[in-house]
Amino acid sequence: MRIMIVGAGIGGTILANRLARLLAPELQRGEVDVVVLSASPRHLYQPGLLHLALGQTTVDALYRDQRTLLDPRIALLIDEVVAFAPDSKQVRGASGNAYSYDWLVIATGSRVTPEEVPGLAENAHGFYTEAAALRLAQALQAFDGGRVVVTTGVPHKCPMAPLELTFLLQDLFVRRGIAPRVDLLYTYPIGRLHSIEAVAEWARIEFARRGIRSATYFNIAAVDGATRTVHSEEGLSVDYDLLIAIPPHRGADAIERSGLGPRGWVPTHRRLLTMQGRDDVFVLGDTTNLPVSKAGSTARFQAEVIAANLASRVRGGGDTHGYDGKVLCFIETSRDRATYAAFNYAEPPRPHAPSRAMHMAKTFYHRLYWSSLRGFP
Amino acid sequence: MQDDPPVPGGVAVVVDARGSHCPGALMELIVALKHARRGEFLLVLADDPGSAREIPEWLAKVGQRHVSTRSEQGVLHIMVEKTRG
Repeated sequence: MRIMIVGAGIGGTILANRLARLLAPELQRGEVDVVVLSASPRHLYQPGLLHLALGQTTVDALYRDQRTLLDPRIALLIDEVVAFAPDSKQVRGASGNAYSYDWLVIATGSRVTPEEVPGLAENAHGFYTEAAALRLAQALQAFDGGRVVVTTGVPHKCPMAPLELTFLLQDLFVRRGIAPRVDLLYTYPIGRLHSIEAVAEWARIEFARRGIRSATYFNIAAVDGATRTVHSEEGLSVDYDLLIAIPPHRGADAIERSGLGPRGWVPTHRRLLTMQGRDDVFVLGDTTNLPVSKAGSTARFQAEVIAANLASRVRGGGDTHGYDGKVLCFIETSRDRATYAAFNYAEPPRPHAPSRAMHMAKTFYHRLYWSSLRGFP
Repeated sequence: MQDDPPVPGGVAVVVDARGSHCPGALMELIVALKHARRGEFLLVLADDPGSAREIPEWLAKVGQRHVSTRSEQGVLHIMVEKTRG
């Protein structure tokens, strides 16, 4: 009996390690094998890319060998999935190999697609790849004043990223002594500064206090690099000296090509996390089409549910756990203060004042990231 | 109890944003509208009261049509027609 996990990001890795513990007897007896299929032999700590762009960390701190992060009882195969064939219970890799499974977990994450907006890829900085983050770090180092525009596509990764980036940029400009020469303009697609009303209201007060300007109902339509202007769907145009985008994103190409879900998001049962119409396929993390934040904590909470249900199924039982929409997001508001938002399908987030204690908690979480992949408890 | 208004060709896309505190119903609608075809109708289901104001406000800014809003057992049913783009 084979459980195959495609994707070795935070969700896939935690799930594999939890399964290794939950199914220890079956693994030992050779009744089950758990296989992780990863496109890369290295694991990237994605939240660290923002800190790389801001000059707060180095490239080598962002990567670990994926093999060292997995329980020895888990098999790791390096191959990029190019097609899913759920009817024949197989996935196909770029190597040409086909892999069979009894249960499949799709955890292929998402990829940024700035090319969806005319001019965005050519003219805007970003930080969602190592190369982009390093380019932004150089641009920020050379920047000595002018207008910085932060703009956000839809849908986008980690909903806290636009605000967090803006606060950390303002903090950087203050520390470098160039803040009086910088006009920092934050744009956002909806009518307030963040999706969560309480966070938006808190951000409004912080923006006023810190002199950050904003333009809401601003969906990027196009960027004109020649005139250094960004245009919105709502008819606004703003000039920039430095444009930084949180670009739109999509799920994995292989999902779209295999017809599993439009734009790479797999239609998913909101509680059981199974692919709609497929009881033998689970969907994890960014890959789902659920209306929840695409964030590491989401994948972490979902992995717990899938691990418990898969272990139960292996033993002939039914699904024992359900995902309640839980998300927990930290927000860095400066170099020494942070806050957080926690919520689920039923409970909206409640605001918390930024504090040094929460900053320390987040710093601790960063440091604990690698060991948290072990999936304890 | 009322039904959603009948629309030509029926509802092409249901945007089920119930329980979506983040990214939220409007953000889900923005994505769905980007990929819908002109003339298609989209039905948004949302359980945050702010959507009743915010969605029509944004539709007016981008020139898309707000057809109707009704509430049933705490869930907003907001009908939208993609009229441009």
